[in-house]
Amino acid sequence: MVLKGADILVRSLIDQGCEVVFGYPGGSVIDIYDSLYRYQDEITHILTSHEQHAAHAADGYARATGKVGVCIATSGPGCTNLVTGIATAFLDSVPLVAITGNVATANIGTDGFQEIDITGITLPITKHNYFVSDISELADVVREAFEIASSDRPGPVLVDIAKDVQVDRYDYQRRNPVVPDPREAAGDEGLAQAATIINNAKRPFIYVGGGALASEATKEVIALSEAIDAPIGNSLMATSLIPSDTPRFLGLEGMHGHYSSTMAIKEADCIIALGARFNDRSTGDRTKFARKAKVVRIDIDESELSKTVSGKVDLHGDVKLTLQRLYPLIKPQERPDWAARIAELKEFEAENADVREGMTPKNVMLAVNEHLEPEMTVTTDVGQHQMWAAQYLRFARPRTFLTSGGLGTMGFGMGAAIGAHFGTNKRSVLVIGDGGFAMCLNDLATAVTNKVPLTVILLNNSVLGMVRQWQRLFYEERFSNTTLDKRVTDYVALAKAFGAGAQRVTTTDELGPALEEAFASDTPYLVECVIDKDELVMPMLPPGGTLDDIIVRLGD
Amino acid sequence: MISMNRYTLAILVRNQFGVLNRVTSMFRRRRFNINCLTVSETEDTAYSRITVLFEGDDNHKRQLVSQLYKLPDVVSVREFEREETVSSELLLIKMANVHDDREEILDAANAFDAQIMDYSRESIVMQMTGESRRIDDFIELMRDFEILEICRTGVVSLERGSSVMRNVTKL
Ligand SMILES: Cc1ncc(C[n+]2csc(CCOP(=O)(O)OP(=O)(O)O)c2C)c(N)n1
Ligand SMILES: [Mg+2]
Repeated sequence: MVLKGADILVRSLIDQGCEVVFGYPGGSVIDIYDSLYRYQDEITHILTSHEQHAAHAADGYARATGKVGVCIATSGPGCTNLVTGIATAFLDSVPLVAITGNVATANIGTDGFQEIDITGITLPITKHNYFVSDISELADVVREAFEIASSDRPGPVLVDIAKDVQVDRYDYQRRNPVVPDPREAAGDEGLAQAATIINNAKRPFIYVGGGALASEATKEVIALSEAIDAPIGNSLMATSLIPSDTPRFLGLEGMHGHYSSTMAIKEADCIIALGARFNDRSTGDRTKFARKAKVVRIDIDESELSKTVSGKVDLHGDVKLTLQRLYPLIKPQERPDWAARIAELKEFEAENADVREGMTPKNVMLAVNEHLEPEMTVTTDVGQHQMWAAQYLRFARPRTFLTSGGLGTMGFGMGAAIGAHFGTNKRSVLVIGDGGFAMCLNDLATAVTNKVPLTVILLNNSVLGMVRQWQRLFYEERFSNTTLDKRVTDYVALAKAFGAGAQRVTTTDELGPALEEAFASDTPYLVECVIDKDELVMPMLPPGGTLDDIIVRLGD
Repeated sequence: MISMNRYTLAILVRNQFGVLNRVTSMFRRRRFNINCLTVSETEDTAYSRITVLFEGDDNHKRQLVSQLYKLPDVVSVREFEREETVSSELLLIKMANVHDDREEILDAANAFDAQIMDYSRESIVMQMTGESRRIDDFIELMRDFEILEICRTGVVSLERGSSVMRNVTKL
């Protein structure tokens, strides 16, 4: 059937199984919006307040569901506003398709109104990108974009479509959604070697990263941990992959990881790294990381295997499938000495735990735990609150903790929370700081308009806490531009102005009832939790230090 | 210590707008040091061929190759070992035509099979093709005289025997 280019685009999206897109209209995509109007029964468009949040929403949708997220923006400022969102998805390997309009092919390269070289700008932050100037290629480009975004190691793909292509007419043939080539397990060669190392290890440690989450390897990881009696630690990106109450699960490892997890990886003689890329936030000084351990790594992206810490055995393949093939070669055994040592580490951690009463960040998180249900998605922004959420919140299902790990994008949380809801149809819980909230609060409007069951936990410490923490520890308390206490923002009034419910909480007595109300609300509700500006995220590995330099408590 | 080697990689890419940009952008971003790079269309106009010479260690090379394979436009990457490869480069060199030097310049050109492409009262332009090392040697000789301009194409390589890159999609 012969269709307008914009209709071909929207039909292709629908035929790819895309049910919801996030975006913002403008002159260079007005035809696409006209098509979205035409096909509104088959595809929903969510209008955000800012293109950046449309990108984060598509990203949150993708992280929560494992499906491809789609966002749309106009040429010029519309698409440059997407850039931070695309980069965020790129560094966290999230399958995203960003669609942008551009000026007509004849005007490309003339610096016309709102013309910008968005394929050039996004070259280093996309898996691939396209400029479509020939309508005969449009449908195939969209299909290929979905395939590339979701295959192997996922990532963002941008499709920039010239205005004339959107208006021209061409034949459209419906096709079934492309199914990306199945991911493959690593070959036999390394498997036997890996199994030997694991079987001979005295102190094995399983370290899971974002790749294990993308591969949905929860069951396989736990089975391995049980068979070899090994503790599991996770990178920030893999939070929620392993249910919090799993035996042998130690939780977050790295710069702000749990003491037991970080020390266990240090003492391990064998690290089984699954889809983890040993980012500097996880390893500290990379040259000194795990020098005595044998490292067995599984990663779908071959380039990760030669990038940082080089392994004893590198298995190139999908984490889940490779674990399934590795499992029969593993000799089940108990490792009582190692288990005893882990118990000691946990004991030390417990003895040094923060047991203060009152409005401490930990107590706020524990109170939130009381209301979290397995199907709810938690998203965070970036800063101290992000680490407290990762340390203390408890999860039962994968893909229920969404955070910007690689790029560390403040302003991520709101869009992601909205997007996650459209993917799951369940409540989203946003944990955010006062600094980051100011970067994305305008999209409360989107949440309210769309009646998103959104609970916002605003940890208000009146400071850009994470930066301030560094200033305190490493810059002799020169608090340059991190104190926000002169701001007189009334967050409760602000939330109400957007049409959301809100309460301010300054004591633990008020906290329970406020959360009760927030979690009972079917529409956005903000709980401002006032905490002290000097709270620190502990433990901490000083940047560039080694795992030996871990600071458990200030003053130690 | 890590040993630095010189590698020759041939990269077969889809002949699309901006492919060269994608490849060089990847080199730039990861700070791979490229000594020389050539591009041209191939026997099949759907593909272009890039030849890259770079210095690094084995880990660099692995990293470079696996990063290249992540670009959807990259069809095939081959590493060329010196013994199994025919490599060639073209040099154009313009010398000042000075009476006292002329004879030696022309003798050297003769020994290196360089051809005279242009001859005027002030200058001599010569062309030479061959392995890069021979070209280096020739330029070295010419440094005793007055070089006005040099221009080299960069090396291109083919594997000996009947192997064809199009048919090999993994290193
Ligand atoms: C867009 C962006 N700008 C700057 C930073 C640097 N940065 C990291 S954490 C942080 C402080 C965040 O403050 P807030 O949102 O109040 O959270 P808190 O650390 O206080 O919990 C800043 C400025 C960043 N990560 N992202
Ligand atoms: Mg703050």
